[in-house]
Amino acid sequence: MAQDKVLIEVKNLKKYFKVGPNATLKAVDDVSFNLMKGETLGLVGESGCGKTTCGRTVMGLYPASGGQVLYNGQDIHKLHGKAKKDFTRKAQIIFQDPYASLNPRMTVGNIIGEGIDIHNLYTGQEKIDRIYKLLELVGLNKEHASRFPHEFSGGQRQRIGIARALAIEPEFIVCDEPISALDVSIQAQVVNLLIKLQRELGLTYLFIAHDLSMVKHISDRVGVMYLGTMVELASSKDLYAEPLHPYTQALLSAIPVPDVNIAKTRQRIMLEGEVPSPINPKPGCRFAPRCKYAKAACLEQIPELKEVKPGHFVACHIVK
Amino acid sequence: MEKLLDVKNLKVSYHTYAGEVQSVRGVDFYMKNGETLAIVGESGCGKSVTAKSLMRLIQTPPGEIKEGSQILLDGKDVLKMNETELRELRGGDVSMVFQDPMTSLNPTMNIGKQIAETLIIHRGMSKSEAFEEAVKMLKLVNIPNAEKRAKQYPHEFSGGMRQRAMIAIALACQPKLLIADEPTTALDVTIQAQIMDLMKDLQDKLGTAVILITHDLGVVADFADRIQVMYSGLIIERGTVTEIFDNPQHPYTWALLQSVPRLDTAHKDTLYSIKGTPPDLLNPPVGCPFAARCDFAMDICKEAMPEYTSLSDTHGVHCWLQHPYAPKVERPIGNGGAANGTR
Repeated sequence: MAQDKVLIEVKNLKKYFKVGPNATLKAVDDVSFNLMKGETLGLVGESGCGKTTCGRTVMGLYPASGGQVLYNGQDIHKLHGKAKKDFTRKAQIIFQDPYASLNPRMTVGNIIGEGIDIHNLYTGQEKIDRIYKLLELVGLNKEHASRFPHEFSGGQRQRIGIARALAIEPEFIVCDEPISALDVSIQAQVVNLLIKLQRELGLTYLFIAHDLSMVKHISDRVGVMYLGTMVELASSKDLYAEPLHPYTQALLSAIPVPDVNIAKTRQRIMLEGEVPSPINPKPGCRFAPRCKYAKAACLEQIPELKEVKPGHFVACHIVK
Repeated sequence: MEKLLDVKNLKVSYHTYAGEVQSVRGVDFYMKNGETLAIVGESGCGKSVTAKSLMRLIQTPPGEIKEGSQILLDGKDVLKMNETELRELRGGDVSMVFQDPMTSLNPTMNIGKQIAETLIIHRGMSKSEAFEEAVKMLKLVNIPNAEKRAKQYPHEFSGGMRQRAMIAIALACQPKLLIADEPTTALDVTIQAQIMDLMKDLQDKLGTAVILITHDLGVVADFADRIQVMYSGLIIERGTVTEIFDNPQHPYTWALLQSVPRLDTAHKDTLYSIKGTPPDLLNPPVGCPFAARCDFAMDICKEAMPEYTSLSDTHGVHCWLQHPYAPKVERPIGNGGAANGTR
């Protein structure tokens, strides 16, 4: 499914937040990756690792503190006026919380139609037909257009969020934990829908989640983030079959498997302690304080993300 | 072994403006000392309400535990207790760990005091004794610098540490039964693994029985001895972990097991998803509540609730497919919960 054409090139992206007179929160620190047209790149990591900030900065919701995001060769953080508006038509986002991300005072039809109005895509009957078509595309029906968000269940609301994102025919969608607020059986429905839409419309997804088995299922490639840095990036098959970074290994071994026979026999790698604060982080590899392989070099220098096998990138001093 | 807990015909309803919502519609189960029972199901299936009833934490009104329900804990009838007895029960013999450690701790009290509170009330300790014991509890749940941490407030703790503190409070009086209501849902996988290991470890040390409420079948496979699958206020299948994962019998259990992607399922395949939504508990269906969403439903399923079919001492199911005249259907998943053909 993945093609060779690069859609988005993220180069040394940084996003810092000033949180006090002498405190800087480095939410995203020097992250680089490419997004190919038509692929799904999964982004995983624990809460606070900067995956959501990364997703939002990539689509321009936050201004970057450093680095570039090149969309078809143009730096999106340098766009103004009409060029900026054209970009916002191509990039959309689906939010995590289907309860907080829909305006309770707007009808579903207006929520979906807002983007169409802003970009002057359709008017009058054409617009109404477009809204009906979108509702059907995501598995709702046209009677729903005149209702309000509170009349829908969580899974249905997430479908409305997806319809809104699709309304202006984007090329690229950031899916920011689109399923984590939903029940298991509903998660499967939404993921199936996302995969189907990608096949039909050729969409590119940046899929942010902490549910590692779901990410493996939907992604072509997966990036693992830890405390603002990308520690490993590989095809989802390679990453899960042969994780190289010690953090990825621990993270994958912690996934609970719904299978008694495996659950009773497998060995888990337990991580000591918790993720340290991203405020004024110490020099060196961010994972070093919790890493059992850490050497002196790990505490001094941040390892670079380098290609150790074709298409498999790791940032670790230990992995050769 | 002696039964620690015996629940018979538990029915709980909520009275709302729209009418009576029958959250739990006749549930029977038991627990033995020291074992772990998992209750799984979707949101709204009544698993939390069942657990809360065990401590009489159902707010009345609007909630109501119906006439004819029986909850025996160590031979004592929880539903006949007065307020004084209940206060002794809660936090003493039975305690609870909630899903959200952020909102279930008191933000204006330091952690040490919150643990000490239960000890002062239930064990009659003095303030200083109780605080010392609280520090010991924090050490037991692996919180570094326990002396210093005990004087800190919940906002100074991370999510995982708050959940550890909750567990420390719950276990302070060495309860016989611990109810863990989605204890790790709000936590990251690595922290989830730490917390579940800690609970298992403490359970071995203290011999506490645990009711684990969750929708994560992975956690269940790792941690539980027995499983009860709930759907629309009823237990539709029960069994040991091996029985449920290797030989599930109810189509809903199959559906639950199938809808989770596993690390070994084929990439970007369509995941199994259950069609439709759970029934409205204002007017629960007469027949099997899952019939409308079931791939194997027959005419009888919509007309009458299937009887309990016992498959072994521990394994049983409510499903018409168990009837001798029912057609034989092929189970869509094989042993160990893997979808057929992927292993």
